[in-house]
Amino acid sequence: MFVLAIDTSSPAVTAGVVTVAGDVVLAAERATIAARGHGELLAPSIEAVLRHAGIRSRELDAVVVGTGPGPFTGLRVGLVTAAVLADLLGIPAYGVCSLDAIGAAAADEEAVLVVADARRREVYWARYEHGVRVGEPAVGKPADVPLDGSTAVAGAAAELYAEVWPELSRRPERYPEPIALVGLALDRITSGAPSDPLTPLYLRRPDAVAPGPPKAVSQ
Amino acid sequence: MSSEPLVLGIETSCDETGVGIVRGTTLLADAVASSVDEHARFGGVVPEVASRAHLQAMVPTISRALSDAGVAADDVDAVAVTAGPGLSGALLVGVAAAKAYSVALGKPLYGVNHLSAHVAVDLLEHGPLAEPCVALLVSGGHSSVLLVPRIGGEQITELGATVDDAAGEAYDKVARLLGLPFPGGPPIDRLARDGDPAAIAFPRGMTGAHDPPFAFSFSGLKTAVARWVEARQRAGEAVPVADVAASFQEAVADVLTAKAIRAAREQGVGHLVIGGGVAANSRLRALAQERCDAAGLRLRVPRPGLCTDNGAMVAALGAQLVAHGAAPSALDLPADSALPITDVLV
Ligand SMILES: [Zn+2]
Repeated sequence: MFVLAIDTSSPAVTAGVVTVAGDVVLAAERATIAARGHGELLAPSIEAVLRHAGIRSRELDAVVVGTGPGPFTGLRVGLVTAAVLADLLGIPAYGVCSLDAIGAAAADEEAVLVVADARRREVYWARYEHGVRVGEPAVGKPADVPLDGSTAVAGAAAELYAEVWPELSRRPERYPEPIALVGLALDRITSGAPSDPLTPLYLRRPDAVAPGPPKAVSQ
Repeated sequence: MSSEPLVLGIETSCDETGVGIVRGTTLLADAVASSVDEHARFGGVVPEVASRAHLQAMVPTISRALSDAGVAADDVDAVAVTAGPGLSGALLVGVAAAKAYSVALGKPLYGVNHLSAHVAVDLLEHGPLAEPCVALLVSGGHSSVLLVPRIGGEQITELGATVDDAAGEAYDKVARLLGLPFPGGPPIDRLARDGDPAAIAFPRGMTGAHDPPFAFSFSGLKTAVARWVEARQRAGEAVPVADVAASFQEAVADVLTAKAIRAAREQGVGHLVIGGGVAANSRLRALAQERCDAAGLRLRVPRPGLCTDNGAMVAALGAQLVAHGAAPSALDLPADSALPITDVLV
């Protein structure tokens, strides 16, 4: 089976083609660091990985997409792309928490904290034990993240806020990668489960306040 | 196979998720999902709320348009999408969806200008028009007078635009002042029917002898309405809201139509096209008709449902571009919130 993997939850605009046939093997991958380039880069990257994998879009069997958390504007590009592509091709689309893909890649670590940049001096974070998430992903100030026994930290924000976690060893995993994304959806892919609703993990409400009464213009 | 192109258009520049399908100038489907109710309590469109709604509505709206048109996704010859201007996060959802359509099924992609699409949509209702024509575009985001040499051609000249608020914005602000809901156009239009348009002489902005002939200004009008209403309230008098609504609406319609018709006459064109959400306004339509008749001009205004934002207008413009042999957009097409009105195809 050919699976397209997409993640736009981070500055790494990521697309990959993964083959699933007993083993899970990466056929092609493109990740470009461009914090505001998701809208422009994702579709050409998908075309490129399909070409490098030597397949046509109509040969895809499933799409897996990172549902964040991540900056909303870029995150939505990946989700709407996955949803429309899968719907038109008549194949299922599965959502995977983007932090989980980083946590799963660091599964050899007993207890790892995964952090991603949430802008506004905050991080999206979740904790993992042997690659499996403990609790729900959350957003908060780096210094407020409870370590609860974590001995290592993974994700690109670990570098950004290195001074906050001097006691944790730094893992090399920075962004969600296609192999990990597909691995997390493997049961759904092989069993032919129906599509997920693909709802982003926003974790923040829109900044919007209802206005007060109109201000007087005359004094 | 028909020689006219079958085009699917996607529109997400503001709070409507629109997917339309046309064959040439024939409208086959016009599916719209609006998030307007989610914005009402904020008194204006909240960009993040709109973007979230676009993401949720996109796949169902595409499906509905295809089934309404009775065509399969693969039958489509091209996909057109609003590339700008508009809310950047909202535009991005539509552009990404159109690219996904293009990549999935190998269809050419056309990133088009929202404002040009507001003009092109009239072809779906009234067929070909005499070109060049002059177009008046009036909405919550825009008030412009344009010279359009050819619909779906790549050259448009802006003869004038608002220097401050858009006409629709002035409606929203006056509605709030009068305690009416958002968006302000429909409730003011309704109230104005019971009011006297000559009751209060509100100012006609930018109509002095030395003002640019085709520029608009609605900020002074809004302030004048506010001052008038506040003076009444301070004096403890009841505010005659119907008269205020009718007089305000008259001032807007008067300036818009006078300038648009002057432009059409000076350019020597036969047709005036009016588009955009404010083109659904009953007084603007009536006054434009009256003045076009007097000036010997043919007026073209699509029915109100096609004046507001929708995917059919994007498809209509896309079909013209395809028919005229325009080259498709590149797959790295950007969404441009400030796309100039002169860029018809990106
Ligand atoms: Zn519009």
